[in-house]
Amino acid sequence: MKELFPVYSKNKDLVYLDSAASSLKPKAVIDAINDYYLNYSVNIERGVYKLALDATKRVEESRENIAKFINANPEEVIFTRGASNSLNMVALMLKRILHEGDEVIVSELEHHSSFLPWLDVKREKNIKLVFVPLTKEGKITVENFKSVLSSKTKAVCLTHVSNVLGYKTDVKEIVKLAHEVGAIVSIDGAQAIPHERVDVKELDVDFYSFSFHKMCGPTGLGILYGKKKILNSLDPVEFGGEMNDEVSKDSVTYKALPYKFETGTIPIAEIFGANATIDFLNEIGMDYIGKRGLELRNMALKELLKLKEIEVYNGSEESSVIAFNIKGVHSHDLVTALAEENVAVRAGHHCAEPLHRFLGLSATTRASFYFYNDECDVSKFIDAVKKTISFFKEVHYID
Amino acid sequence: MTNLSNLYRQVIMDHYRNPRNKGITNAPNYVKCHLKNPSCGDMIDVESLVEDGIIKDIHHDGQGCSICCASASIMSEVIKGMKVDDAKYLIDNYLKMVSNQEYDQNVDFDELQVFDGVKDLPARVRCASISSQALLNTLKKEDETDA
Repeated sequence: MKELFPVYSKNKDLVYLDSAASSLKPKAVIDAINDYYLNYSVNIERGVYKLALDATKRVEESRENIAKFINANPEEVIFTRGASNSLNMVALMLKRILHEGDEVIVSELEHHSSFLPWLDVKREKNIKLVFVPLTKEGKITVENFKSVLSSKTKAVCLTHVSNVLGYKTDVKEIVKLAHEVGAIVSIDGAQAIPHERVDVKELDVDFYSFSFHKMCGPTGLGILYGKKKILNSLDPVEFGGEMNDEVSKDSVTYKALPYKFETGTIPIAEIFGANATIDFLNEIGMDYIGKRGLELRNMALKELLKLKEIEVYNGSEESSVIAFNIKGVHSHDLVTALAEENVAVRAGHHCAEPLHRFLGLSATTRASFYFYNDECDVSKFIDAVKKTISFFKEVHYID
Repeated sequence: MTNLSNLYRQVIMDHYRNPRNKGITNAPNYVKCHLKNPSCGDMIDVESLVEDGIIKDIHHDGQGCSICCASASIMSEVIKGMKVDDAKYLIDNYLKMVSNQEYDQNVDFDELQVFDGVKDLPARVRCASISSQALLNTLKKEDETDA
C-alpha cells in the first residue's frame, strides 16, 4: 500500500501516525492536481473557450462524484476551503435566523473549529450555548443529549468522531430527536469520513462538514453538505464574483444552489484532486479502510497496555486513534523523543482545549492510524516508545 | 537519541522535578506577564521585582513540558540579582542561542547554557524561550511604568 504514496519513497523510515492531523496523499491524487495545472490552468465558468468549458465540466464531475460518495445531490455539495471554513459558514448562515434566548447545543468534545464560531454568534446574538454533559470518559451519549434538548433548541452542532479520543457520536439518533423539536443539526465530520462510509440521507443531517486533506485528498479544500431545502432558505455569507445572478447599485440576486455559496475562483486544482480522491477511496473500499486502521490501532494498543509506564485515555473505544502519555512525562517531551526515532505522532491539546480541561490534562499524545500503515509501523512505534521510556529513566525524568 | 542526550541532561531534570522560585505572589510591587504557546497549550506566568535597576526577585508558575518548566526555573536562578540591562542582554542572546542564530559567545549563561541543545530540535525552541520571553516582557513593562 505504501508504494501508492510518493512521500514514502523519500522518507523510507517514516512511521507516520499523525493521519488524524492530515493524511498522506497518493500519487493518483497528486497526478490529478498536476493534470489541472499542466493541461488546463484556466478559470472555470467564465470562459467560453474549450479549455474553460472542459475544466468546468471536470469540476462538476468532481462535485457529482463527491455527492454520490456521501449520498447527496450535487447541488447540495458546496466547495469550501476546509471543514473549519464549512463550520464557520454554517454558524454565519444560522446566525441570521437566531434570536436572543435561542439555544444551540454544542459539546466540550468539539474541535475549536466546531465550537468557536458559535462562541462568536453567542456574543453577537445573545443566544445560549448549551453543552451536552459528557460521560466521565468524555463521550456524548443520546441520553445526555436528551437531557439538554428542549423546545428552545434551535441548532445542534456536534462532532461525529472526536479528534482527540476517537469517540463516535450516535448522529442518527441525535438528529431524529433534534428534528422532533425543529432544531437544525450540523455535524463536524472531519474525523469520521476518512474512516467510514457516510450517508447524509441515512443520517438525515441538515449540514455535514469535512476536509479532503484528512482523507487522502488535497489541502485547502473542504465540503459543506447542506439539505437543499435549508440551503435554499438561507442567504450566502460570502459575497463576490460568480455567486451572484444580477447586480445593480443597490441590489443583488443570487445564483441557484450550490453556486450562491461559492464565491470567487474556487480551488480548481484541488477539486480535480478531490475527484481522484473519491475514486481512490472507492477503489480501496471504505470498509477495508475503516477495518484496517482499527486493526492496526488495536494491535498497537495491546502492546502499549503491556507497558506499566503508559496510560491510555481511550482504551475502550473502537477507533483508529490512541490518546496516551508516559506517566509523569509531558507529551511534548514524549513526541520529541519519538520524532528522533522517525515516529510522527502529535502532542498538545489538538485544538480541543475545553476537552482537555474536562479531562484534567494539559496535553495528550495522539497516535492515529490509517490504512496505509502496516504491522512494521506498529512494531517500530512500540519499540520507539520502549526506548523513550528507558531514556527518560536514564536521565531521571521518571523513576 | 543523540540530540536528546544533549538536551535532556541531569540539570534540566533536576529543575523540572524540583523547580526553584515557583509560585506567583501577585504582589502589587511585582510586574507579571502571562504567555501561552497556543500550539501545544503550554502556559506560563512570570513575575519580577525590580528595585534600583536590580532584579531582586523572580517567580514563575504554569504548566508545560520539561524544557519549558526547567528553563523557567533555571532562568529565575541565573537572572535573580542581575542588573536589568545585563539581564536583558543575556536574555536577548539566550533567545538567539536557542533559535540557532548568531549570538555573543562571551555571555556567561551559567546553567542556561544547557539549552544550547535546543538548536538541534527546532520544534522545541518555543518551549525553551517562553519563560525568558515572559521575563523580558516584565522588564519592558517595568521600563514603561518608570517612564
